[in-house]
Amino acid sequence: MEPLEIAKKIKERFPDQVIDVEEHRGQVGVIVKKDRIVELLRWLHDDPALHLNHLADLCGVDYLGKKDVRFEVVYNLYSIPLRHGIRIRAQVPEDDCQIESVTSIWMGADWHERECYDLLGITFGGHPDLRRILLPDGWEGHPLRKDYPLDGGGKNWSGYDKVLERSKKLRKYDFYGTYQDPTKKTGIEDARE
Amino acid sequence: MLENKAQLRLVKGDEATHEPYTIAMGPQHPATHGVLKLDLELDGETVLECKPTVGFLHRGVEKLAENLSYAQTLPLTDRLDYIASMANNVAYSIAVEKLLDIEVPLRAKYIRTMVMEMARLTGHLLWLATHALDIGAMTVFLYCFREREILLDMFEEICGARLTTSYTCIGGVRQDVTGHFLESLYDFTEDFPSKIKEYETLIDKNRIWLKRTQDVGIVSAEDAVSLGLTGPTLRGSGVDYDVRKHMPYDAYPYVKFEVPIGSKGDVYDRYRCRMEEMHQSNSIIRQCIEALPTGPIRAADAPDLVMPYGIQKKVAADATFSSGIIKLVKDSERYIEGDVYVAAEVPKGELGFYFVSDGKGVPYRMHIRSPSYIHIGALSFLCKGQMVADVIAIIGSVDVVLGECDR
Amino acid sequence: MELLWILIKIVIVFAVVMLHVMYATYFERKVIGHMQVRMGPMRVGPHGILQPIADGLKLFFKEDIIPAEADKKVFYAAPLICLISALSAVAVLPFFEGFAIANINIGLLYIFAMSSLASYGVVLAGWSANSKYSFLGGLRSSAQVISYEIAMGLSLVGVMMLSGSLNLTDIVHAQMNSPYKIYLIPQIIGFFVFVVAMFAETNRTPFDLPEAESELVAGYCTEYSGMRFALFFMAEYIGMIVMSCLAVTCFLGGWSGPFDVPGIPFFWFLLKAYFFIFLYYWVRATLPRYRYDQLMALGWKVLIPLALFNIVLTGTIKSLFG
Repeated sequence: MEPLEIAKKIKERFPDQVIDVEEHRGQVGVIVKKDRIVELLRWLHDDPALHLNHLADLCGVDYLGKKDVRFEVVYNLYSIPLRHGIRIRAQVPEDDCQIESVTSIWMGADWHERECYDLLGITFGGHPDLRRILLPDGWEGHPLRKDYPLDGGGKNWSGYDKVLERSKKLRKYDFYGTYQDPTKKTGIEDARE
Repeated sequence: MLENKAQLRLVKGDEATHEPYTIAMGPQHPATHGVLKLDLELDGETVLECKPTVGFLHRGVEKLAENLSYAQTLPLTDRLDYIASMANNVAYSIAVEKLLDIEVPLRAKYIRTMVMEMARLTGHLLWLATHALDIGAMTVFLYCFREREILLDMFEEICGARLTTSYTCIGGVRQDVTGHFLESLYDFTEDFPSKIKEYETLIDKNRIWLKRTQDVGIVSAEDAVSLGLTGPTLRGSGVDYDVRKHMPYDAYPYVKFEVPIGSKGDVYDRYRCRMEEMHQSNSIIRQCIEALPTGPIRAADAPDLVMPYGIQKKVAADATFSSGIIKLVKDSERYIEGDVYVAAEVPKGELGFYFVSDGKGVPYRMHIRSPSYIHIGALSFLCKGQMVADVIAIIGSVDVVLGECDR
Repeated sequence: MELLWILIKIVIVFAVVMLHVMYATYFERKVIGHMQVRMGPMRVGPHGILQPIADGLKLFFKEDIIPAEADKKVFYAAPLICLISALSAVAVLPFFEGFAIANINIGLLYIFAMSSLASYGVVLAGWSANSKYSFLGGLRSSAQVISYEIAMGLSLVGVMMLSGSLNLTDIVHAQMNSPYKIYLIPQIIGFFVFVVAMFAETNRTPFDLPEAESELVAGYCTEYSGMRFALFFMAEYIGMIVMSCLAVTCFLGGWSGPFDVPGIPFFWFLLKAYFFIFLYYWVRATLPRYRYDQLMALGWKVLIPLALFNIVLTGTIKSLFG
């Protein structure tokens, strides 16, 4: 089935959910509301004519300052037996940064959603184990948001500071007097500044 | 397996007297293929719960890519699956070409298909080596490295690097292949099937190998699709899904090859799939060499980086596209708003790139769908109820690289 | 005078055994290296001939790390138990006619006792280090050694029945007087069971589960370093040598050969023992590793019934024809 046909079918089935259909380089993205996303995706997964059983990719995008609704969660779906695909883009506003989890449809969505939560701060309702995954637990902020600075804001991760402190405490002797306090600034850093 | 289930119930019902033994496998462990950490809850030798922890190698490639031009991100893809970086280069290039709508010359397509299959061989050889070593057959390890070394030397010949190749570029490949390279590669392909046979004589019909791999880590076809497994790991379960056939790219429509399919979905089937794939890759490489057309190796209108050699100003290490020191040629109307998702079949599975462009020379958002990440996510499903030694076999059979997983 | 002679014998045997341990490691690396299309050690001396000495020096001068939470006394004692029990077993081996440090009547039982004692060292090492990997390695080892001890003991009962003695020298003499000159032919089942159990008893591939590096890092010796690790290492190789010598003595006719080599009475003995040591390396380069439950199944469901069958068969034949 052609992707535009699939988009049409979605529109017929969920007329109040579909906001827009975008085509780019032959690939079709259907922009939908997040309210009935699980129902929509389950229908796409179960419907015998569509049978989109392979969740190729799930990720979030931050459209800070570009669009009215800040976040989008993007589902790239593919049907292995029928060989067609479609992209579903669910809008997630910043003030209600939450969307239902699709782990009940695809087991593999588990880690995708954890990554999305970790890096973009989008919460997935009903997710069995929503923790940070790529970043350590004590990390502040969500790096893939557009307002997160590339250099991390010049602050160390709290866990790293703890390790430094501990190493200072455990250091009992200094044989050659060459030890340098890593928390103090070295000449190299001064030069860079 | 029945006995294990009985033990599982025993623990759940009587937790006060029977405490599971927790063991942290990794991040430094000989069999976790990098910095993967598995928190195992054991009852004797049976795994009750397996929780993978990743992220030790997270370098923020996606965030970096949002601040680099398309051509500058290419070397970062070498660092994803660093044991078959050619395949990542190709996957990244075809994604960007789709986004910018660039038509690649035919010769470049053939060369790319060739190097991608070479990368698949290097990846599968390393997989076989480590998988066999994990199960205890140490000789296979060195036999595989013997052939892998030849392939890496050939990579060095065409691009100067053995591991971090950065060979392809947007719109083609960086350098043309030489006659000597093609000859030595052809000689290699003539020899290689006998080498595969050599590995197989060591382990294929070995009773201990069969005992260790058959009926271990079974995953059904539905579960495999639901878990998002791809590549040989999925095909071992009997699902016919290969990006090279489903969404052909480069020269794959022009070459003949078969996609090996397993039936049961155990470790042995996944092993057989990869062994057969090596034969197929070998044949694809031969077909590419035989059918290699002449012509240009790069699209003329593709964006690329140009270092202004004339200027005396010292180029800082962090010079970027935006600072103006490195320029893009053909900074043209190709950059338009839109998004694409393009996948390629790398040795590990489906490596997909999702690009969102806002009409500038840098991607607005790049997401990497890395097969290793999904496969590690599936480990807790696969390892439940198995024994400690099986966990090692399963990690080997799903074939993960942590550089790709953590990005 | 008697005592002095025994002391001299001890010194000679100890020196020879330790030399063999050193060069067994070199031999192993060379043999496996060539099987794996590489050279093995090549740097220290011509063809790396001095490599074992370099290794020994390195291990000797390495820092001895003891985990803070370890049970120190047991931690110190464990490698010594392993080494001493392995070395003690050498005492009863008859290397050639009339040469054994102690020619005792229960030689075979004594070797069993010593190899069982060595497993205490392994179990204690696993327990005392207070490390989870060590502990699992220790557990695996104790289960393995107990199961295979039985198979090994039963496999040698046939030899005892044929020779009518537990004295190793007498066993060799009995073989020389038997129609086939060696017990390998009438005791082929027993020999098979013994060889498999021998691999398991010394924790070598394909039964190297207690120290399976891809699963348990280094098993029971995970937390050991430097000289203490070297002691375990030596104990393992001495164990291999003892088991090879035992196989030669019980099944291959000990020091006897097709013809006498003048001046070197232990020629045939060493040749046969080297063959078994080579077999250890050969198997290590070829086979993958068993899983824990499969190992147990092999021991209890295949080897022990086979050994029992062998006893019945030997007994029947002996009572009918002998």
